[in-house]
Amino acid sequence: MTLSHSPAGSATRRRRGASRQSRAGMAFVAAYVVLLIAFGVLPTAYAIYFAFTDAGGRVTGFANFVTTAQDFRFMDAVGHVATYLAFWLLSLVVFVVALALLLHRLASGSASKALRFLYYIPGALAGAASVLVWLFMLDPTVSPVSSLLGALGFHTFGEVIAPGNLPLLFTIIAFWTGAGGWIVVMYGALNNIPTDVMEAARIDGAGAWQTAWHVQIPMLRKWIVYMVILAFAGGAQLFVEPQLLSLASVGVAGRDYSLNQLTYDFAFQMNNINGAAAVSVELLVVSVSAAAVFVARSGFFDAD
Amino acid sequence: MSRSHHQPPHRRPVRRLASRLLTGSVLAGFLAFFVLPVLWLVLAATKTDQQLVHDNPLSFGSFHALKTNWDALTAFQDNAVMQWLGNSALYAVISLVITLGIAIPAGYALAMTEFRGRHTLLVATLVVMLMPNATLVVPLFLEINAVHLIGTMWSIILPYSFYPFGVYLTYIYFTTAVPKYLLAAARMDGCSEFCVFWHIALPLATPVIALVGFFSFVANWTNYFLPYVMLPESSQMPIQVGVGSLLSNVPSFNPAVGTLAIERPQLALATLVAVTPVLIVFLFAQRFLVSGMLAGGTKE
Repeated sequence: MTLSHSPAGSATRRRRGASRQSRAGMAFVAAYVVLLIAFGVLPTAYAIYFAFTDAGGRVTGFANFVTTAQDFRFMDAVGHVATYLAFWLLSLVVFVVALALLLHRLASGSASKALRFLYYIPGALAGAASVLVWLFMLDPTVSPVSSLLGALGFHTFGEVIAPGNLPLLFTIIAFWTGAGGWIVVMYGALNNIPTDVMEAARIDGAGAWQTAWHVQIPMLRKWIVYMVILAFAGGAQLFVEPQLLSLASVGVAGRDYSLNQLTYDFAFQMNNINGAAAVSVELLVVSVSAAAVFVARSGFFDAD
Repeated sequence: MSRSHHQPPHRRPVRRLASRLLTGSVLAGFLAFFVLPVLWLVLAATKTDQQLVHDNPLSFGSFHALKTNWDALTAFQDNAVMQWLGNSALYAVISLVITLGIAIPAGYALAMTEFRGRHTLLVATLVVMLMPNATLVVPLFLEINAVHLIGTMWSIILPYSFYPFGVYLTYIYFTTAVPKYLLAAARMDGCSEFCVFWHIALPLATPVIALVGFFSFVANWTNYFLPYVMLPESSQMPIQVGVGSLLSNVPSFNPAVGTLAIERPQLALATLVAVTPVLIVFLFAQRFLVSGMLAGGTKE
């Protein structure tokens, strides 16, 4: 706004410009606001309403939360999702950051670029496709790594997908599809560390480890936090992996392994919409408050 | 490691070689992890079920077997697979168009104009963006049910079209990559607000349009839970849900299947078919993705 010339005229012009801009701004966001209300605000309000009422619409306080929490499958599902999240977030932070650093140190730029692209390819197989691929990978009769599975003591598909292994298996599937994209993001963030900072570290005699630990990783912190937030929110929603596995395993993995499967079961098998809503609300509250803590502590969204 | 620079110089080349070997083997190990399953999947589609079990896992079967698998797959439920693919394309493309038409102007307005409620809207976008959308599937079902849209394609297209991440991406892009004085100059020249957006902002926004389009397309194409709930009938399923239902017709995974079974190589082929559109989009978007995923958030 350094373009104003005559002080008196420009003030009114600016004011008129501002109100014109304001109207235009509202027009540009109008359609988005409609969608935000219809598919963000309303369903959330709907979920909260159903969670605190019974089938007849009477307010019941926390009764639905108590009923669902006492369901014999609930604590199991919580435990499953929590174990899976621990594996998944840890592997993501450790391996994605390590791989991005290694790729960034690679002398050959084209090798680094090719590897980033190849690591990224499984991302195209997100959703049901990735689960199907890994059902094959984990079935010793057809897997290309059946000797590896055998060496680990697994000789049948049933042994591989034993309930105790599931958090790790879901982590592998999620990492396989998701890590490549995050490696690209971290690599980009590493590229944006000013060269004079890196230069200074080298002149001070810092080796690769010290540079990574004291310079690069601290500067990646925002992006790591961002990754953890989104991965947490995504991981807590676990649905397609156990659902497809339950189709393929004739009962080894149940249809009530994860919390979202449980909401599906409550809503569409047991006709308990209010119970389903209560579980949804719990998931929402946990995810959003975890995100809020991360956001508040990292200052990620300070852009405004 | 902290004393590396005190080492006598003649030990350094050995060390460097060792660290290079270590780096190389870690990177190669992960390469195998990421690529081997994809390679296996492509090859599996060219085999018979017999070959899948007995041949080398990374060998090519035959084009004949590929053709046989294709015929068996398309014969399943009277070419259901092609119908599912068509459904997916229809749902993904319509919601992509709506998403772009809505998210780009919204992100632009949040970044470049002042209006009442702007800050509230920004915060709401952030919160909704962080909200795990699968938890809203049941309430969305109730809402869509209340307006009698269950079983129509709008039951998933409309929720897909709401894409706060795209709005946020656009907002970040405009705040960091497009200077406000450019727009002010155009306004000085008598350009209307719409004209500023259309002729100044939009041409500059190509990278972020591509990025939002890519992310939204992939997210919609790979979504499973929402269409699984909203569109239970086979004729309306998108390919993701369809492939999932194929799985329950594979005897080696589900021995209870009757005579109309699907064999494993055919399932592999179906999986391949399901991801091909996304792979193609990946290849086209590669330039943006691998080099410029952060182009909006940072400056070169």
